[in-house]
Order: sequence, then C-alpha cells, then structure tokens
Amino acid sequence: MPKLIVHQDKIKNIENLIKTCPFGAMDINGGKLEINSACKMCKLCVKKGDPGAVEYIEEKGVSVDKSKWNDICVYVDHVNGDIHPVTYELIGKAKELAGKIHQKVCCLFMGEDIAGKAEDLLYYGIDKVYLYESHRLKHFSIEPYTAVFEDFIKREKPCAILVGATTVGRQLAPRVAARFKTGLTADCTILDITEDTDLVQIRPAFGGNIMAQICTPRNRPQMATVRYKVMNPPKKNSSKSGTIVSCHIEDSKLESGIDVMNVYEKEKVKTIENAEVLVVAGRGVKSKDDLGMIQKLADLLGGEIACTRPLVECGWMDAKKQIGLSGRTVRPKLIITCGVSGSVQFASGMNNSEHIFAINNNPEAPIFKVASYGIVGDIYEVVPQLIEKIQKGREA
Amino acid sequence: MNIIVCIKQVPGTNKVEVDPVTGVLKREKVDSKMNPYDLYALETALRLKEAHGGVVKVISMGPPQAKEVLKEAFSMGADDGVLISDRAFGGSDVLSTSYTLSQGIKKLDGFDLILCGKQTTDGDTAQVGPELSEFLKIPSVSNVTKLIEVTNENITVEMDMQNTVEIAKINFPCLLCVDKDIFQPRLPSYLKKMATKNKEIRVLSLNDFEDKNTDNYGLNGSPTQVQRIFPPESNGDHELWAGDGKSVTTKLYDKIKELKFV
Ligand SMILES: Cc1cc2nc3c(=O)[nH]c(=O)nc-3n(C[C@H](O)[C@H](O)[C@H](O)COP(=O)(O)OP(=O)(O)OC[C@H]3O[C@@H](n4cnc5c(N)ncnc54)[C@H](O)[C@@H]3O)c2cc1C
Ligand SMILES: Nc1ncnc2c1ncn2[C@@H]1O[C@H](COP(=O)(O)O)[C@@H](O)[C@H]1O
Repeated sequence: MPKLIVHQDKIKNIENLIKTCPFGAMDINGGKLEINSACKMCKLCVKKGDPGAVEYIEEKGVSVDKSKWNDICVYVDHVNGDIHPVTYELIGKAKELAGKIHQKVCCLFMGEDIAGKAEDLLYYGIDKVYLYESHRLKHFSIEPYTAVFEDFIKREKPCAILVGATTVGRQLAPRVAARFKTGLTADCTILDITEDTDLVQIRPAFGGNIMAQICTPRNRPQMATVRYKVMNPPKKNSSKSGTIVSCHIEDSKLESGIDVMNVYEKEKVKTIENAEVLVVAGRGVKSKDDLGMIQKLADLLGGEIACTRPLVECGWMDAKKQIGLSGRTVRPKLIITCGVSGSVQFASGMNNSEHIFAINNNPEAPIFKVASYGIVGDIYEVVPQLIEKIQKGREA
Repeated sequence: MNIIVCIKQVPGTNKVEVDPVTGVLKREKVDSKMNPYDLYALETALRLKEAHGGVVKVISMGPPQAKEVLKEAFSMGADDGVLISDRAFGGSDVLSTSYTLSQGIKKLDGFDLILCGKQTTDGDTAQVGPELSEFLKIPSVSNVTKLIEVTNENITVEMDMQNTVEIAKINFPCLLCVDKDIFQPRLPSYLKKMATKNKEIRVLSLNDFEDKNTDNYGLNGSPTQVQRIFPPESNGDHELWAGDGKSVTTKLYDKIKELKFV
C-alpha cells in the first residue's frame, strides 16, 4: 500500500508545505509535521512542497489477476421495464472504452416480463444482454437486486461496471461494491481506460471546484456511476446484433426484508432535465416580478425556465428548477443564461448543453468561459428586445 | 426504538481553488460543521423517538475534533454519542469508511434502525449508507422522503424515484438514507447544550474492534486511489459580443434563428 513519509530535515517552510494540502491533512505536533487522517494521497505535497520533504512510497499491494476480468458491463436501469435513457448513454461510453482495450460490451437486465424490452438493447451494437427474470424482481428492492448482481459478477467477471446515477443505481451500485469489497466512484463526468484495463474515473470534488482523477488499480470489478445527460448515447442501428442470455437464479436467493407495497407514477411535471430549451434566471434578475420576462422568453422558445441557487434560496423559484451541483444536471439543445455569473457549481450542471448563450453585463463574468456565445449586455435591455424580435419574426 | 444516526463533520465551505499556473491549491482556513444533510437524519430520529420512545445515539467517524458535531447533536436532543477515531482510519474511501462504521456499530449494544443523511458535502457520494447496510447485512432504502407507518416489527416509507414513488415496508433492523426536507431540522437548544456540556463521548478505536487487521482500514482498505487533482477546464469555442444593446440583441436573434430555434 502506498504511504507518505515526512522528512522533517528537508522542510524549508513548514507553513507553505501545509498550504499545499487541499484536505487540511497536515498538522504540526510538537514542532514536527504530521500527516493526519484527512489525507487522501493526492501527493500534491510531494509535488509542490519542498523537494524531498514528503516522500511517496509505493508498496506493491496485492492485486487481483486482471486478465481474468474482461468486458465492460452496463446495468440496465428501469422502472417496470421502461429503460432509463442513461442506460443508452452508458452503452455509448462502454463501447468506446471496450474498443480501446479490445473487449466487449454487455448489459445486465433484471426484472419481471422484460424479455421484449431487452430486444431493444440489441440495436445498439452490444455483444450480450444477460437477462434475469423473476416475479421477485418486479420492483426494485436492494437485497434481491444485489443477489442477482452477485450471481452475474461471479459468472461473467466483468472488468468494469457502469451504472446510471439514478435513485436505483445510487443504492444498488454501492451495495454491490461493498459485497465485492471493490471501489466505486460516484458521479463520474469523464471516463477513460488504460491499456492495463484500469478505468480512469474523473469526477468533481469539493463541490465542483476541483476535478479528481480516481482509479481502482488492485481490485475488480471496477465500478462507476454516471449521471444522466453526461455521456453521449450511441446511434441506434437499423438491425439487431448480439444475443440475449437468459440466466436463472433460485427464488430462495431473492429473499428480502423489504416488501414493496406499491409503485406509482408521480404527477407528470415538466422537468428542466427533459426540456430541449432552457432560459435561466440568475441573480442579475432584480425582482421576482421580473421573472415574468424570463418566463416569456422561455415560452416563446418552447422551453422551460430554470434558475441558479440564490433564486431558490430567496424563495422566488422552486428547488426543482435549480441547475447545478446541488441542483439538476441538464443538457438541453439550447440554453440561454440571463444574469448568471457562471460559478463552477452552476456550470457543472449545464456545461454539456449543446448551444450555450450567456447574457451578462460584466465582460469578466466566468460564464463567458463556458458559453459558446457571450452577450455582454443588460438583460433588461436584451431580453425584452429579443422577445419583441421573436414576436415580430413570427408575425411576418 | 433503538436508533443510530451517522453524522459527519465537514468543512464549513467548499471554497478551494487550484491556481491554474502553479497547480497549487488556494485554500481558505474555514471552520467545520455538521454535514447539513445529516441534520435531516437526526431530526427524523428525534421525531421517531418522540412518537415511539427509545434512544437516539449519534455516531461519527473522524478526527478527535469531530466530537464537536456529536455535541451539537446532544444540544438538539440526541441521548448518546460515539466517536470512531484512529490514525489507522486515515485516507479512507467509501468502502473503508463504511466498513469502519460497521465495525464500530457492531460494538454498540444493538439497534433497530440506522439513519444516514442523503450525502455529505465533502465526500458527496451518497454511497456510505448503502455500503454500511451491506456490511451489517440489513435491508436499506435510500431517498426516503416520507415515513408512513411504524410498528414494532417494521417501518413503511416512501422512496422518491424521480418519475415514480415506491412505497416499501422494511423489517427492523434496517437502514434508511433520508432526503432533505423529510422534516425541518430543529435548532439546537441552549438549555440542552448546557445540560450536556460535560457529557461523556465514548471513543472507539481499532483496538476495540472485532477485526483488527490494518489492511482493512484507512488507505490500505481503500480500493480507490486519487491519482491527481486539477482545475476544471472550460469549453473550446467562444464568441463574445459587446456593443450597444440593439446590436448585440440582433446578433443573438440571428444566431438562434440560424440554429432553427425560432
Ligand atoms: C457546495 C455548493 C454547491 C452549490 N451548488 C449550486 C448549484 O447547484 N447551482 C447554483 O446555481 N449555484 C450553486 N452554488 C452557488 C454558486 O456558488 C453561486 O453562488 C451561484 O451559482 C451564483 O448565482 P448567480 O450567478 O445567479 O448570482 P451571482 O453570482 O450574483 O451573479 C449574477 C450575475 O448577473 C450579472 N448581472 C447583474 N445584473 C445584470 C443585468 N442587469 N444584466 C445582465 N447581467 C447582470 C452580474 O454581472 C453577475 O455576473 C453552490 C455553492 C456551493 C458552495
Ligand atoms: N465519517 C462518517 N461518519 C459518520 N457517518 C458518515 C461518515 N461518512 C458518511 N457518513 C454517513 O453517510 C452519509 C452519506 O455520505 P457520503 O457517502 O460521504 O455522501 C452521510 O450523510 C452520513 O450519514
């Protein structure tokens, strides 16, 4: 296992060395520098501190035989057989990763009466769909779903497993990871793979201020969750390929301490995640009433209104409309931000949008680094004029 | 009802930046606080205790300073506090954090219910709860937005699933991760704070655990490794339009028209 050793004699400036640590993991104890339990082994102190002051020692830990673990698996996320679109996005990514290491892509699909739905997956150029059907798998419940996952992993030994960061994925993946005592990286935004089949997982840390690159070098399977609308879905092929493998698991293994009484649809609300066009109100909007013009622009473009966090905090907008790290991740075709500064927390929830327009009166606003088209201007001038132009254009 | 609530001490803000030139982190010295999402778990525990009786025990894994959040929990009404702390636990990822918590919980005298917050603001994974439930071999439900019924044997809850809602009845002992807004957390009480000022906090370390093998804890027990950290990048192409309101609006309009949005 790797460790850090502090050479006190090589420290020139103890305060500066302490400052290199983003995790506050260095203390002075009796005049000596010590690394405490907050250390995350990022090695910044080794790289940026006084030369030789902190030494990184990599002891070879026991690693699994990686050659025995092959192929990239995608967990098929669904409710009552309706496949969540994040599944296709993960298939797209899995194909790219598998291509790099010359392996295959498979899917794991569990539920009741889902064989027909499994057929649809075969249009996306995958190799196999492992299908587990049982009445005990009708609704998600943690123990039976984990049992199926365990059965599948023991049988197929996948190199890596990608799971959508949905309500189900976010509890199922950790439970499975703990069962196999392996690593799981949550909410990855970038995934790559090395020749050695190590998954390179990049995710925002510290509320998105920093990106962290994480890997699972000694364990298999490697597991990652990815949010909806971060990766690109593949094109649907005109014909099917690959096979469906029906798998059997005994009912006795599907016991559960949870009795699912009911699953019902929530009232269909227009969500900002599903909108193709979003107009975003930021703090540049001076009063609640002024949201009217933002809404009007959204309506004219056939889209939805969304907002930054301060507007939720002051009670002007519903939390469901908030974009960002502590809000929703969106990926519309068009997004126009109005009076939004473009904090990292906000941008991380929308920077994958297709066409990003930003209106802000401060030419230095960070949003202009994110936007494909930046408009330096006053929203109280630009938005009403734009509304007028669109209306006139329609009449003509 | 015997309830354990898992709470974590987190940095007061997430304000850290990487200097793009030197790659060094610019960090402001900040205070620590209780993970805000854990307040909802604690509130849920206190309400259950008020309605059904029992004991609320808060447990935290962290450095000695993490006692502060346990004390904060006392001032909200928690009955007991346990700190899990040892040098050997340093550098834990989700797996070893959950395993360590499970070892600590096994040393306490039983429980009916464990409550966790939705996620932490520093780790930000929402995975510790489900992994902990696996190590304890108990059922778990995340995204709990409502408690529907509590009996001696089980608890019925609502799990939010984005477009659907699942109603599930879970046998005790079990673990729930509650969403924000399940209940509004109460404020700490000054009287309780004073009354619990000298309350003892039990500290568990590796030596107290059933499994004392250091390979299973801290960095050694963490399968994931942080390889590097770096500032987020901005997108490729940018055009910036400045000028009078009229001309920039015209450019904007023409562009969205060209892209066929109007
Ligand atoms: C852990 C954490 C998580 C967070 N999560 C989120 C999140 O999920 N989502 C989120 O949005 N924020 C989040 N934040 C908050 C975030 O850091 C910013 O504070 C927030 O995004 C700023 O919102 P804003 O851009 O609307 O406001 P401001 O930063 O105040 O920006 C307003 C902008 O409007 C411009 N402006 C003012 N008047 C006009 C005008 N008349 N015409 C044109 N432009 C004008 C100004 O130049 C300025 O750039 C989070 C913070 C933390 C610490
Ligand atoms: N070190 C810890 N001590 C106690 N509880 C924790 C700790 N880390 C995480 N938790 C619990 O697990 C939940 C999810 O944390 P995370 O997986 O880090 O987002 C938190 O809301 C806490 O209830």
